Amino acid sequence: MKVRAQMGMVMNLDKCIGCHTCSVTCKNVWTNRRGTEYVWFNNVETKPGRGYPVDYEDQSKWNGGWELDRKGRLKLKAGGSLKKLANIFYNPDLPDLDDYYDPWTYDYDKLISSPSSDQQPVARPKSQVTGKNLDLQWGPNWEDDLAGSAEHAAFDPNFKNIQEEVRQGFEDTFMIYLPRICEHCINPSCVASCPSGAMYKREEDGIVLVDQEACRSWRFCVSGCPYKKVYFNWNTGKAEKCNFCFPRIEAGMPTICSETCVGRLRHLGVVLIDTDRVEAAASVADEKDLLDAQLDLMLDPDDPEVRAQALRDGIPSDWLDAASNSPVYAMAKKWRIALPLHPEYRTLPMVWYVPPLSPLESVGAGLIREGGDEENIFAAIDQMRIPIDYLASILAAGDTAPVRLSLERLVAMRRYMRDVNLGDPVRPEIASEAGMEPHELEEMFRMVAIADYDDRYVIPQRHGEVSRDAFVDQGSCGIDFANGAPVPGMGEMTGFDDPDPYGGALACASNGTAAPESGALAVEEPDPDFDIRNLLSRHGGPRPLKEGGDA
Amino acid sequence: MNVLAAGTLSVAAYSVLPYVALAVGIGGLIWRKKTDRFGWTARSTELLESRVLRYASVLFHFGVLAAIGGHVLGILIPQSWTEAIGLSEEAYHVLAVVGGISAGFAVVVGFAALMYRRVRFPRVRVTTTRMDVVTFVVLGVAIATGMLATLINIPDTVHYRESVAPYFRQIFILDPEPSLMEGVNWVFQTHVIVVWFLYALWPFSRLIHAFTVPVGYIWRSPIVYRPRGGRSGARTGTYGSGAPDYSPSIPSSRTSRPKTSEKAAQPH
Repeated sequence: MKVRAQMGMVMNLDKCIGCHTCSVTCKNVWTNRRGTEYVWFNNVETKPGRGYPVDYEDQSKWNGGWELDRKGRLKLKAGGSLKKLANIFYNPDLPDLDDYYDPWTYDYDKLISSPSSDQQPVARPKSQVTGKNLDLQWGPNWEDDLAGSAEHAAFDPNFKNIQEEVRQGFEDTFMIYLPRICEHCINPSCVASCPSGAMYKREEDGIVLVDQEACRSWRFCVSGCPYKKVYFNWNTGKAEKCNFCFPRIEAGMPTICSETCVGRLRHLGVVLIDTDRVEAAASVADEKDLLDAQLDLMLDPDDPEVRAQALRDGIPSDWLDAASNSPVYAMAKKWRIALPLHPEYRTLPMVWYVPPLSPLESVGAGLIREGGDEENIFAAIDQMRIPIDYLASILAAGDTAPVRLSLERLVAMRRYMRDVNLGDPVRPEIASEAGMEPHELEEMFRMVAIADYDDRYVIPQRHGEVSRDAFVDQGSCGIDFANGAPVPGMGEMTGFDDPDPYGGALACASNGTAAPESGALAVEEPDPDFDIRNLLSRHGGPRPLKEGGDA
Repeated sequence: MNVLAAGTLSVAAYSVLPYVALAVGIGGLIWRKKTDRFGWTARSTELLESRVLRYASVLFHFGVLAAIGGHVLGILIPQSWTEAIGLSEEAYHVLAVVGGISAGFAVVVGFAALMYRRVRFPRVRVTTTRMDVVTFVVLGVAIATGMLATLINIPDTVHYRESVAPYFRQIFILDPEPSLMEGVNWVFQTHVIVVWFLYALWPFSRLIHAFTVPVGYIWRSPIVYRPRGGRSGARTGTYGSGAPDYSPSIPSSRTSRPKTSEKAAQPH
């Protein structure tokens, strides 16, 4: 047993209203730069739908993630290292920019600067890459709230495995919101795909990062990730990805997407992982056993043996306490109401989802209120507006049993708490029917319904005092790496008309530092006479890549 | 000193230039490695355009690899060695012409297609830097003269293995003999000179990605773990804790800082 701490997230889809606040705050913090206009570390998809990038879930097309070879050994679906090196000049599995979308803004200036004429001036969409006019055919959230689903939704790869007739008639329409970030997998295929070894999992918290200095633009991480959550910055020629807001996490603060979530549906916590058994867990023969195998990797933080080993492996004791109170451990393993996204990719993802129950209520409302018997509850779950098979193909490799268990427990919680809140006699049998204890249902209620800030986010701070000399971190500015993080003004067309599109990025250079990696808070000794950005072939500095006029 | 036997121009082109180019090239490589790991990238544009790249890039790169192999065989390995293993001069020439033309053809077509793509597709065009343009010009001339040299030598009239090849080997053993290059066909001369410029340009251009072929990937463990702030295979620590030093590639700039504060001070 080798114990490592791993950060994880649970999103309660029951509460997601699809407001995109998480996406917008994330975008403003991390990807509001030239080269990353099309990049959303966090995006919210409406399912059914094709997703972002288009059909990313269809691994027969993209070859992301892992599979077992004929001998049952784990291997990258896109092929081993020799095949990768042979394909290094052209990666056959790489999505095109148009598979995401061509990012655009509008020439708003036309609205006020046009000379008077008979027609209203129009702000036309302009590509943020080339500055040219665009004829918009696809974009971020093109399918929001099922827009165009009559045309697109049937292509949703999750329908492939559903036996029953796809319910897409108007009266059968259903939808769920699916917010997605990097899964920070326990067995990340992007890391294994990187020829340079630039991608890595942090030993301390399992966050998956790209070393911006070691990335050489081979781009196999982009295609290797089955969730398509590693992106290619076409300006710097480097991979970038959701970094779990590690500067905030290290300070004990939730990620920006969690912090700003209006529905308070995100939960953050630490789980303890037995890293010795990761490969075995990812290699189980039946895809439907992957969930249990992954849960088995997540060690009980209250087990004295586990705690002793964790301490021996260098995990600080306050991290163990955090693991004991972890909402991720509770929801995923103790109560089994949270499920991983597409476990069949064998990456052992660490962003979990509580399946949505809300549509059930319309069918099963009477049952919850009047207290139908157990059989009726089962029947109601089968009549859910969202087909359980559909949820199972997203969250459980097609196995309906764990989805059903989760939904049953969520219903049981509501039935039980209804009695409690109305002062009716409590029925412990509701809990036992769902395989739980009454106090567990109450704890669960507190977690998912009350969802206090301190219950949602149990984030131990990093131990800077033991890991390194803090003095060298003085004045470093975590989010200012490479060609700079935030660019002035949301929606501004960076690189066009702006003589210094990176001006905002350099704002924190005034303290004399700039961290080069979307990784650790970097350390540096400033050399006043040297500025690589003004030299040579790359642009990260004050000069824009190319003036808009040429494009 | 064979240098004395040659004319001044010849010495400059065939003795001084090579060492300057090698010094700049090797020095530049070390300097870039020390100061600009962030800029060390292939700067792929596959995301922006993949249909032409699919054929152009593969043709170009494999063609270049074959051409480099051919140069090693023809330039670095002395004629006497190949004859010693039973490869007659005639047989070598057939091999060189057939191999050279096919590799050269792949390079020329691939390069032309890549250039077409860079001009034709605005998305790719916007990623083109000034240094890229310089690189493409020098590389283009090197490729054109190389291809031409192969073609004009089909009748086996140049006998470069008795002139150009020894000239290179003399350079590498630090005993330059520029006179070897004097009587050679002008296409070969141009090719040689341009390539010296290319070597000097190499570390400062996007060509630098050729020095990071990730062969280590073949033996590496699939999942990479690293401590926070740590760095595998990098410089060792100089700071108090003994933790690996994570020095940045991009030192902050005093030159851009005043500009920033001016900008920040401007009312919008």
